Amino acid sequence: MAYEGKGVWCIAESRGGKVSPVLFELLTAGRKLAAARGETVTAVVIGHGLQDAAGEIAGRGADQVLVVEDASLKEFVDDVYAAVLAKLAEARKPRTLLLPATVYGRSLAPRLSVLLRAGLAADAVGLELDAEQRLLVTRSAYAGNVVATVLLRSVDGPEIATVRPLAFERSAAGGAGTVAAAAPDAGALAGKTAFVSFGADRADEIDLGAAEKIVSGGRGLGKPEGFELVRKLAKTLGAAVGASRAAVDSGWIPYKHQVGLTGRSVRPKLYVACGISGQIQHMAGMNASGTIVAINSDAECPMMKVATYAVQGDLYKLLPAIVAEIEKARG
Amino acid sequence: MNIVVCVKRTPASTSVALDPQTGAVKTAGLPHGINPFDEYAVEEALRLKERIPGTKVAVLSVGPAENDEVIRAALALGCDTGVLLSDPAFAGSDVYALSLILAKGIQKVAETRGGVGLVLFGRQSNDGESGHTTAAVGARLGWPSVISVRKIPEAADAAVTVERLREDGTDVLQLTLPAVLSVLKEINEPRLPSLRGKMAAKKMPVETWGAAALGLSADVVGKAGSRMDVVKMAPVPSRGAGVVITGETPEDKAQALVAKLKEAKFI
Ligand SMILES: Cc1cc2nc3c(=O)[nH]c(=O)nc-3n(C[C@H](O)[C@H](O)[C@H](O)COP(=O)(O)OP(=O)(O)OC[C@H]3O[C@@H](n4cnc5c(N)ncnc54)[C@H](O)[C@@H]3O)c2cc1C
Repeated sequence: MAYEGKGVWCIAESRGGKVSPVLFELLTAGRKLAAARGETVTAVVIGHGLQDAAGEIAGRGADQVLVVEDASLKEFVDDVYAAVLAKLAEARKPRTLLLPATVYGRSLAPRLSVLLRAGLAADAVGLELDAEQRLLVTRSAYAGNVVATVLLRSVDGPEIATVRPLAFERSAAGGAGTVAAAAPDAGALAGKTAFVSFGADRADEIDLGAAEKIVSGGRGLGKPEGFELVRKLAKTLGAAVGASRAAVDSGWIPYKHQVGLTGRSVRPKLYVACGISGQIQHMAGMNASGTIVAINSDAECPMMKVATYAVQGDLYKLLPAIVAEIEKARG
Repeated sequence: MNIVVCVKRTPASTSVALDPQTGAVKTAGLPHGINPFDEYAVEEALRLKERIPGTKVAVLSVGPAENDEVIRAALALGCDTGVLLSDPAFAGSDVYALSLILAKGIQKVAETRGGVGLVLFGRQSNDGESGHTTAAVGARLGWPSVISVRKIPEAADAAVTVERLREDGTDVLQLTLPAVLSVLKEINEPRLPSLRGKMAAKKMPVETWGAAALGLSADVVGKAGSRMDVVKMAPVPSRGAGVVITGETPEDKAQALVAKLKEAKFI
């Protein structure tokens, strides 16, 4: 049976009543699609204690905010969240669902795809419509070597894409959307996953995936203490700290800082690579960065070749000089 | 407990090139092997086997006859049995269709081996890279799933406790089995095969199940059963040539760089 869906749903990720700002990027992406089709954009927030957040979202680009609340939805649990969202979508029939390409989105989107018979695309960095107004998704593949465009063509279900953080601008304040509550389907609340606990990262650490600036260190640091210089520059710039696999494998910094094929994919506006040669597996995770600064003693290494600004020299001399210069420039 | 570990045979993704005529990715002639992300799943399955007495590990792969080599690579490391899900009708499957094939294969493993407790995947493949297969298979089976697992602190026949790495920290979750997990590189250090293991793996039987054996009709698998088409592949546009920051001393260079960063409003 043909599926007659209408409207774009942007699914918010939240923790403890706070919505992740990636939602505002989804709203920008969703707005463009909805406008082309003459439809509306709905932000869907699911969890507990989200009323304040819903108000902000309604004033920032959503035509409607659907609040799905229940005490049992306080923490993200895959099977329950997916079942609740699927029931809601079955009842209200959106045409397109956008989720962040984070652990949250990658956990939920595939389950929703199966439950709703939806076409599914991963890691969108661009969203367009074809002549029949079906969703065309651009994404990178093959370790960042290839840009692929895929078409979602489900006729008996909606279309779903996970959207890479920082691929779209965040929606600005403005507009007055409505806020409505949607009760979760009672049957969907029973799952086979129990949330036990959450251990937050250090509060002063900026998450790589959402960072607009990143300073990364590689094997060229030579020793674990090298990261003190990297952290210092990061702090001065207000940047997150990244690393190459060589630095992680040496035990100088935890895995969660690794950028690249087997680490995180990042898209900052500024990426500073200190003592990183720029092997393809590292590049795969950061070649979509806006401006790249390479600091390396080897002028011929790949990172120096792709860099917007290539600075040759010993990082142990250059990094302190750069920190001092920034402090001077700020006065 | 019975564990199924799913492995994909992929090209070394870092050396792919596009055919200038067709725009398709040229994978013929490239070295192929087990998807590097899956090596951690195989290793974790073997460690669970060592932790939980009576555990058996089945390796499962979907694809053409060549996939036999990646199944045997996992058998050489200590997996117990191998199953290849292979049928010309499976070609061109997207995650939606593939997850159905895998789910049917896992169900058949459960039927033939007295149940399945855990299914393990790698974080993503190095060619498709979606990281979507794990949760899709969970939904197909109606089993709980968790991706991005960095540690399995507790594992028993009825339940597992897992640590899930999120962007803002670590969730601890408990799953009632059977369940589907994908694991990160951080979870372990994969072992290398022994010569004896390699020799033994050569002689081990690998079962092959096609669409009919899995009860799958042609319209739900392959391109027909998919809901996504790849319409275009293009090389990544190369970045414009950059600027080399010059200067006599590190201080000079720092000054020149910071001036540029200021211009670009990063400072
Ligand atoms: C399947 C697979 C997956 C992988 N995934 C990843 C991944 O996710 N992320 C990743 O990063 N790598 C990954 N790798 C590893 C990758 O191939 C490289 O080995 C790694 O990126 C190298 O790290 P590096 O640049 O820090 O070290 P190196 O390549 O050793 O480079 C060190 C650099 O530091 C410079 N240097 C040395 N001393 C100084 C100094 N005093 N001052 C300034 N510069 C100095 C050198 O000139 C050199 O350019 C993967 C590899 C494989 C096979």
